[in-house]
Amino acid sequence: MIKKETMLIKFVEQIALDTIEMVVENAYISKTAIPGQFLHVAVDGQTLRRPISIADINREKETITLLFKIVGSGTAKLATLKPGMSMDVLGPSGNGFQIVDKEPSTILLIGGGIGVPPLYYLGKTLAEKNKEIISILGFQTEKSVFYEEKFSSLGRTYIVTNDGSYGETGFVTDVIEKAGQFDRYYSCGPVPMLKAITAKLVDKPGMISLEERMGCGVGACMACVIPTDSNGGYKKICSDGPVFHAQEVSL
Amino acid sequence: MTNLAINLPGLELKNPIMPASGCFAFGREYSEFYDLSKLGAVIMKAATGTERFGNPTPRVAETASGMLNAIGLQNPGVEKIIEKEVPFLGQYDTSIIANVAGSTLEEYEKVAAAFNQTDQVHALELNISCPNVKEGGIQFGTDPSMAAKVTETVKNASQLPVYVKLSPNVTNIVEMAKAVELAGADGLSMINTITGMQIHLPTKKPLIANKTGGLSGPAIKPVAIRMIYEVKQHVSIPIIGMGGISNAEDVLEFLLAGASAVAVGTANFSNPFVCPEIIDALPETLNRYGFDSVEDAIGKGIM
Ligand SMILES: Cc1cc2nc3c(=O)[nH]c(=O)nc-3n(C[C@H](O)[C@H](O)[C@H](O)COP(=O)(O)OP(=O)(O)OC[C@H]3O[C@@H](n4cnc5c(N)ncnc54)[C@H](O)[C@@H]3O)c2cc1C
Repeated sequence: MIKKETMLIKFVEQIALDTIEMVVENAYISKTAIPGQFLHVAVDGQTLRRPISIADINREKETITLLFKIVGSGTAKLATLKPGMSMDVLGPSGNGFQIVDKEPSTILLIGGGIGVPPLYYLGKTLAEKNKEIISILGFQTEKSVFYEEKFSSLGRTYIVTNDGSYGETGFVTDVIEKAGQFDRYYSCGPVPMLKAITAKLVDKPGMISLEERMGCGVGACMACVIPTDSNGGYKKICSDGPVFHAQEVSL
Repeated sequence: MTNLAINLPGLELKNPIMPASGCFAFGREYSEFYDLSKLGAVIMKAATGTERFGNPTPRVAETASGMLNAIGLQNPGVEKIIEKEVPFLGQYDTSIIANVAGSTLEEYEKVAAAFNQTDQVHALELNISCPNVKEGGIQFGTDPSMAAKVTETVKNASQLPVYVKLSPNVTNIVEMAKAVELAGADGLSMINTITGMQIHLPTKKPLIANKTGGLSGPAIKPVAIRMIYEVKQHVSIPIIGMGGISNAEDVLEFLLAGASAVAVGTANFSNPFVCPEIIDALPETLNRYGFDSVEDAIGKGIM
């Protein structure tokens, strides 16, 4: 259930180009959130809240990690917050990634840029369930790469940069063959990337996490919708998503 | 005891606070945060004759002290609303106002008449001012004779009191108000959003897919106050005021300008508890400025 909660900021650090890692403390969210859910963060002086994915959770310490990129006024203000200050959020919001517990399996995680964060908490949760994890993480350039070591500790990890300044050169889709066999995939990133991936992996079961400009973030205002491929209707990204089965929505 | 109650045609409100149409869907999402019985009334999301899917995305953009939206009246259609949503809201001890929209006179008539089937709806809000649909809506809201015509049609089709929601996108708001009053409106609801646009620098194109959207939030409050202040002096039907309300002081300002009750819209997005918080703060705010009741303050700002 979504609650309005106050988070105590414990740690803020820049970890890559314009990319901030923030650790916040909150008992309710740390106990209830699942991978793929997000927090709707209030920013002083802004009319609308900002959706930010849950990148990691430490249940013992009751902390939540957020990773965000400074792209505009809201994220710029968030980046100026300091440990000891607090933050007002709605959460945990949305439906997260569904995890198939039964069979042992190999999972491919494909993240693009600031779509990488939710995949870390997902990968960690899957690794705890003894799944084999392969990760492909795409970034624009060397300076924007983050969390390579963290993903490497979960399993084999490929870094791809568009300009070739680090790791493989090109797009995440160029590396999928190299990654080898897998049973299921999970992806988050820009829409053109998700389009390419869902087209390429049309025979594999997969889930994708989507972004859209949101109003209320609780499913009431109908701002962040995505057409479904079925009957011309829409699903709400904030409350039906942000995670969908790969073939459930038309990108 | 400060008296928050106010009686309007069809509506015995325990307090003057209601969430605005389109900002609250049909209440389900916000019922998870608090007991909707706390509210004076709920104005439901617009109903059209048949299901509408709305506009492409992006549908919202943030602006200085406000936001633009072009949802495009996405709703499941009036029959489904009566079957599924009205009974849900009907469980709560609050008044229900149905927002009626359409593209043609016939559609308005059909939607208004459909609400006669239920006894759980207490009043209609006639949406003649949605700026975000291609046909209808806005034409009815900008031409006084069209506005009068649709008001008359809906009054004839419905057993319920009708509050006509006026568009601020006109040169003479008083003329619009007088036209719908003469056509039989039981009340007014004002203001709807102001048409606006934002251009996205990276793409150099309008950000909202519909190009234009309706501006709401604190940015439009002075426009709403001015329009209510002007209209109040020329009509004798009550006004439900709205436009950028986010706290009890704002509510008092609307009452002083001439509103008898108010709707809270955009503020629900940043704070889902904004309506109950305003209701709790209102007695103290009224007292602080020398009023014992909501009734007392209505129109007291007019000089
Ligand atoms: C479910 C979800 C999870 C997200 N998780 C993350 C994350 O973990 N890390 C991260 O860096 N970013 C994430 N984003 C994107 C993030 O919400 C935007 O970058 C942020 O809202 C931009 O705000 P701003 O004020 O800096 O930018 P501005 O451009 O000034 O924002 C203006 C308005 O547009 C909205 N907006 C702009 N870009 C986006 C976008 N890409 N998606 C949605 N709304 C946008 C803003 O929320 C705001 O309402 C996520 C988005 C969604 C929908």
